Amino acid sequence: MATLRDEVVALQNADDIIKARQLVRDRAVTQGFSLIDQTKLITAASELARNTLIHGGGGEMRMVTLESGARRGVRLVFVDQGPGIEDIAQAMRDGFSTGGGLGLGLGGARRLVNEFDIESSPGKGTTVTIVRWK
Amino acid sequence: MERIPILKMGPYLLVTIQVDMHDRVAMTLQDELTARIVAEKARGVLLDISSVDVVDSFIGRMIGNIAAMSRVLDADTVVVGMRPAVAITLVELGMALPGVKTALNVDSGMALLNATSASRGGINGHPA
Repeated sequence: MATLRDEVVALQNADDIIKARQLVRDRAVTQGFSLIDQTKLITAASELARNTLIHGGGGEMRMVTLESGARRGVRLVFVDQGPGIEDIAQAMRDGFSTGGGLGLGLGGARRLVNEFDIESSPGKGTTVTIVRWK
Repeated sequence: MERIPILKMGPYLLVTIQVDMHDRVAMTLQDELTARIVAEKARGVLLDISSVDVVDSFIGRMIGNIAAMSRVLDADTVVVGMRPAVAITLVELGMALPGVKTALNVDSGMALLNATSASRGGINGHPA
């Protein structure tokens, strides 16, 4: 599987969330995503970027273009060195929130993409990887 | 910082969101809109999101908050012009905006507010 055009966006403040959304949109358009696929990926990215900022104390988003045969996709990796998540299963559940939100971020983002992976350990930070295929 | 204009249309307020909404802009809008509802004795709010291409849970929560706050201030909120891709994404996200009235465009939103006003009659100091 070929990966092309790696890009890294710092997520340190609320402006960066908008910047990340715009970069993801541009990449999804370049990859020929339908409007619905674009919207789902950008929305998932927005949720996860906000998690990185609010829960992780800031971090970064890495964006990679994927090509596997005729399939085209976008992989996004959200990395922070924040407090980490003690109970991932609990954090994935809708309605669970420590940030004053609705607690739809992680579970909601997972439903909007084709592949979802989360790694976290307390004290070391959290890495969330998502892939959406065209 | 950009601000979202709030326009008075008869007894209603029209808010058209045309920017990729920054978190702070969203919070400012809640504050300004509630103040304007009281100042103008508005009976309803039309929230036009036809230019918005992404509604994440933060923006969705803001929409729900605006509807709840205006309800408490005796004004109805109708969200108009949601794009189909946004609707699909919001529901998959787990956010179906319960309790928020919607209409396909500003005209139908206005008709919905007129109908609601008429059925409530001239209560709380508002003319019928």
